[in-house]
Amino acid sequence: MEALSRWEPKSRAARWFESRLPIGSLIHSSFIAFPTPRNLNYWWTFGGILAFMLVVQIVSGVVLAMHYVPTTDGAFNSVESIMRDVNYGWLLRYVHQNGASMFFVAVYIHMFRGLYYGSYKDPREVLWILGVLLFLLMVATAFLGYVLPWGQMSFWAATVITNLFSAIPVIGNDIATWLWGGFSVDQPLLNRFFSLHYLLPFMIAGLVVLHIWALHVPGNGNPLGINVKSRQDTLPFHPYYTSKDLFGLVVFVLFFAWFVFVQPNVLGHPDNYIPADPLVTPAHIVPEWYFLPFYAILRAIPDKLGGVIAFAGAIVVLFFVPWLDRSKVRSARFRPVFKTFYWLLVACGLGLGYLGSQPAEGSFLTISRILTAYYFAFFLIVLPLLSRIEKTKPLPTSISEAVLHDSKPAARAEA
Amino acid sequence: MDHTTSAPPDSAHPDHPQDPGRRDFIYIAAATVGAVGAGLAAWPFIHQMNPDAAQLALATTEVDISSVEPGMSLTVRWRGKPVFIRHRTPEEIAAARAVPLADLKDQAAQNDNLAADAPATDENRSAGGNEAFLIMVGVCTHLGCVPLGQSGDFGGWFCPCHGSHYDTAGRIRLGPAPTNLPVPVLTFLSDSVVRIG
Repeated sequence: MEALSRWEPKSRAARWFESRLPIGSLIHSSFIAFPTPRNLNYWWTFGGILAFMLVVQIVSGVVLAMHYVPTTDGAFNSVESIMRDVNYGWLLRYVHQNGASMFFVAVYIHMFRGLYYGSYKDPREVLWILGVLLFLLMVATAFLGYVLPWGQMSFWAATVITNLFSAIPVIGNDIATWLWGGFSVDQPLLNRFFSLHYLLPFMIAGLVVLHIWALHVPGNGNPLGINVKSRQDTLPFHPYYTSKDLFGLVVFVLFFAWFVFVQPNVLGHPDNYIPADPLVTPAHIVPEWYFLPFYAILRAIPDKLGGVIAFAGAIVVLFFVPWLDRSKVRSARFRPVFKTFYWLLVACGLGLGYLGSQPAEGSFLTISRILTAYYFAFFLIVLPLLSRIEKTKPLPTSISEAVLHDSKPAARAEA
Repeated sequence: MDHTTSAPPDSAHPDHPQDPGRRDFIYIAAATVGAVGAGLAAWPFIHQMNPDAAQLALATTEVDISSVEPGMSLTVRWRGKPVFIRHRTPEEIAAARAVPLADLKDQAAQNDNLAADAPATDENRSAGGNEAFLIMVGVCTHLGCVPLGQSGDFGGWFCPCHGSHYDTAGRIRLGPAPTNLPVPVLTFLSDSVVRIG
């Protein structure tokens, strides 16, 4: 590939600084001149949206922590005082609370995009694994944060999830006691959850740096799933993708704002506006919507340890996807059979989400079991099998050829 | 500086021509001491999360049960958890005694006052010497919810979270919970006062 444009510091002061810390040229080569495939669609804007959501959550979270009190007596009341007394507290809390949901909307789209276009395949396996680790940290952070308001759902979510560890043979109960810092969910747990909820977002931010680094070694994938072959296949990141990402972000923020300003509680659960009561479990406890598919998998297995293993396995299996799918063709556009199974997986995820919100009985339980079986079969049977037997469609010779052939002459606005 | 002769000084040292194992030993010994030291330094940071002295001090609760009539229940807090004190009716006791041990999912009494292998008979589940009373930790052994009393398929307790059914002796009969509701250590200080823990 031809040499990229380089950043030349203009002023004497900039030259002095650049020769001591070359951050200007790093930013230029990573986010301005960075060669990006010219055919990225809007599904590729969710990476940027996720980075934005991380900043929103950290900024709103840091200011909420200035008003929050991590005690069993004070937590619920301090959240209510944020809502009623603190200047713009209602806005900050609704942004943070709905921001968590938006973060998961974006991450699920981002992950399913990666699955559809084979973004995890050689040479991007480490990039994918870092992404799964990021998802795990997000899950942990969201759970820890959900406990902090110390409402009924907070308390019983903390109880059920920490009790998952007690399913571990032999040392399970000691681990649960260690997590609680006592004999049940109480003050020590709330205090440490607050500490960890403040810590993990910064670990996420650190891992995001590695994720972007691992992305910038091979460069972006693209909807055709073929490698960049020449300068003709790429565009500089700025202004082409900065503007495309920004437009996608604005549309996403409108969606986010609708929840914050119009329906701030529609994604939550009314029981969490009841202060925590350790002696009464609510009649129906359900997690937040973004955990429902995993919750359905947990309940589908009629055995405590088995349920916990399936629950954890549903995420752990994602680490192995780069080696379960050995097909050389990345994009589902050229894999007709894979595409069918892929959309079945999407439907399966949505179905499990619905079942997770329903009581675990009768036909709900039967269907949960079928969908759980499909979820694991997709990764453990369908992917390895299709890698061997699927007949894929012919790939285009290059990105530029495919793009310029498909589009109208007006699109050829290149100098 | 002469950069051409930058071989490791030890490998060609004339005094120790056949002694690479000596340096390996020093490396391994130093790394081992470092690893042990790191482990020892980590322990206070791990152990600080275990129950502190104030939590351990809450280990017992004393309750007067004289006002609990047959058919009544009382829930008290012990170590932050609910403890069910149930004065059972004769029908409930009869129902629990009619169940053959072979029908039980968990055949151990789960009673901290008895040996670990004691069978889950109704006598072994009830409060020692006062068999009308059933005193047990009201935390579902599945994932820790509080079961609802006098409900479920067996007239005992039913956990609304994931559908575990317990009978009138607090024994798991149906659902995902693995074990019977545990009976804590009980001491009758008098006929009417029991100490839990």
